[in-house]
Amino acid sequence: MMNGIKLYFKYVSVSIQSQMQYRASFIMLTLSQFIVTFADFLGIWILFDRFGTLKQWSMAEVALFYGIVHIAFAISEGFARGFDTFSKQVKTGDFDRILLRPRSTVLQVLGLEFQLMRLGRLTQGLVVLLWAVNNLAIHWTMVKLTLILAAILGGACLFSGIFVLQATLCFWSVESLELVNMVTYGGVETAQYPLSIYSSWFRKFFIFVIPLACINYFPAMGILEKTDPLNSPIWIHYGSPLAGLIFLLLSLQVWKFGVTHYRSTGS
Amino acid sequence: MKGYISLLRLRFMLLLQYRIAAFAGVCTQLLFGFVRVMVFIAFYQSTSKVQPISYEGTITYIWLSQALLGLLPWNGDSELQTMIRTGNVAYELCRPVDIYNLWFSRAVAQRTAPTLLRAIPIFIVALLLLPGKYAMGYPHSCTSFLAWIISMFGALLLSCAITNIFNIVTLWTVAGDGITRLLPAVIILFSGMIVPLPLFPQWMQGILKYLPFSGIVDIPARFYSGHIQPSQIVSLFFIQIIWTILLILMGKWLLSRKMKLIVVQGG
Repeated sequence: MMNGIKLYFKYVSVSIQSQMQYRASFIMLTLSQFIVTFADFLGIWILFDRFGTLKQWSMAEVALFYGIVHIAFAISEGFARGFDTFSKQVKTGDFDRILLRPRSTVLQVLGLEFQLMRLGRLTQGLVVLLWAVNNLAIHWTMVKLTLILAAILGGACLFSGIFVLQATLCFWSVESLELVNMVTYGGVETAQYPLSIYSSWFRKFFIFVIPLACINYFPAMGILEKTDPLNSPIWIHYGSPLAGLIFLLLSLQVWKFGVTHYRSTGS
Repeated sequence: MKGYISLLRLRFMLLLQYRIAAFAGVCTQLLFGFVRVMVFIAFYQSTSKVQPISYEGTITYIWLSQALLGLLPWNGDSELQTMIRTGNVAYELCRPVDIYNLWFSRAVAQRTAPTLLRAIPIFIVALLLLPGKYAMGYPHSCTSFLAWIISMFGALLLSCAITNIFNIVTLWTVAGDGITRLLPAVIILFSGMIVPLPLFPQWMQGILKYLPFSGIVDIPARFYSGHIQPSQIVSLFFIQIIWTILLILMGKWLLSRKMKLIVVQGG
């Protein structure tokens, strides 16, 4: 296990070194990602400038939701990039090489690429989150600080889990993978606003099927100490980030099942 | 001219073959449209102030922008860009045709065929199948519909002129990469894709009017819903055409500058 972690960090450092070979290009990519995601937040600012509030939510509160989900997504995009682009490995037959090595497939696919340019989205999410925290009168305690970190990590696990499931699909078909974008990019788009504003069937999907609410809406309720329009009990606010971790562990089981069903293209 | 039209027809037929990608696109765009519609419902319910564009107008605007997303010039022609990066663009230079016009006809095919494949199912769902609150409206009147068709034609030309600029800047490897990454953020925000332009702050309205991007999403959508009187089609179509001509001239100038410097390695 320890050996595996050491090996993973070796992979990461090689990946970072290779991206740093083109330093100017790296800085530009990161900067442009920062600006592109910022355009998104500008849209939210325009809407609040026009409408004042979003039901019972203020702009600073929405910024909290926004910050948490974007940071979580950026982390998972950085780490789990290998799973995101996995269809390439199957198409070219490169996955066969991974299977031949005496290390776990998960570790090796994770190590394929560590995308440093995701720092752009991460920084933007962080800026928005700090702005939110600065503008909200939150009484910070150790528990709340842990909760926000747990929400972000839980979110990173959840999105990584989705990437793993997407990669697992490749063992059967490499077509229509774009549909998974509906829950990744669509999920980010959805979760940047408080879940209570959506229709109830839609909400249920993001609570029970893809538990995005558990790493974003519910913990944020605990941090804001607001009366939840959805009437969720307080233990959910604190316990829900675990759902992200559970989702990832389940996805990895599905992945293991998928690997045993892999048939090489032979090319 | 005949040559360009037959090339356009060939590309069009070829792009119509990507049906699975279109299916994934339709699902994703329906989801994004739905999330946006629910967010705007919540915003409109938050205030009793009269807004510069009605609730129905906004919902129709959102569905139009989602259905016609393929028309938005946020990227270049990936096949051409690969040709430029690998050097195969040399073959393009050998053809006895004007290279700008050749690429422009490819852009017309790129912006029409996939858009048609996706727009029709989205229109059917948004116009006919969705319940009243979420549904897209019909054109305001016959003349509004006519004005919409004309301004869509203007939008297409404008979009192709911008698409071609994306293609041409790829000839500058580093700077071009920056532009192809940054320009989309500007286009997506200022065309009205994220937030309908009438909802932008008052002080920005003057600037938005003189940017070319409103001609791609905003102006056609507002003709459709009757937010702009059909009688204004002459002046607004004129602005779309003027911008198209300016952008075409700019593209041609950039291209001719680079073509003088090009050196193709033999072998």
